[in-house]
Amino acid sequence: MAALINVPPRAKRGDIIEIKTLMSHIMETGYRRTADGAVVPRDILTSFSCRYNGDEIFRADLFPAVAANPFISFFTVATESGTFEFEWIGDRGFSATAKAAITVE
Amino acid sequence: MVKHDVTTRRYFLGLAGGAAVTGFVPIVTIRPADATPAMQAAAIRDVVGAAVVRTGKVKLDIPPLVENGNTVPMTVSVASPMTSEDHVKSIHVFNEKNPQPNIGNFVLGPRAGRAQVSTRIRLADSQKITAIAHLSDGSFWSVSVDVVVTLAACTEEVI
Repeated sequence: MAALINVPPRAKRGDIIEIKTLMSHIMETGYRRTADGAVVPRDILTSFSCRYNGDEIFRADLFPAVAANPFISFFTVATESGTFEFEWIGDRGFSATAKAAITVE
Repeated sequence: MVKHDVTTRRYFLGLAGGAAVTGFVPIVTIRPADATPAMQAAAIRDVVGAAVVRTGKVKLDIPPLVENGNTVPMTVSVASPMTSEDHVKSIHVFNEKNPQPNIGNFVLGPRAGRAQVSTRIRLADSQKITAIAHLSDGSFWSVSVDVVVTLAACTEEVI
């Protein structure tokens, strides 16, 4: 359950910054079968969200068509110093969070 | 070693012969029903409702020829000033021939600054990928891109 987060540590106020995230997860589709013909049960991340100082700025619904170890990148405007909180939710009660700090000057 | 009598060649030939006699051909491989262009259209209808989807504004960057369908990088961007009056509310991506028509829904807002999302997806077959953007004025814009896949994802056997 390891997350990789890439947020610029500092930015100028009003800058558009790119946030890159990667969560290690198998993203088992539920459509694959073993050699015996048994279906491998689905185990995917279903949702991802990012909050910037408490306000949700980005959210994604994920489906089996998202590749293993989901990589998601998006943009936001650097408004003030603070923290980004990331959350991934998935099948079988999967839940993971991560944080990143930014200094806006 | 355990000998499986039922898997001998003679047994199989007998079975095949029997099938030929009765006119019944056993289906050897069973694959889940793939999504069809009709299912893709239905999934799009679920998102846009009765609204008209126009072509334009959206750009879908995806390699036209993919060797391995298990990880295909994809970037969707929308031409939008991203102000509170005129911004992209969400981006939806669909496929034609994976087992499910949805790929992802991405919700953004005026704070995004730039309407652009990247991720990596799976493709089970050569097919058309469609990205749709929902703008703050309620309009929907789309783009479709054809992708050729040589090694399919999603349904291969687990070793």
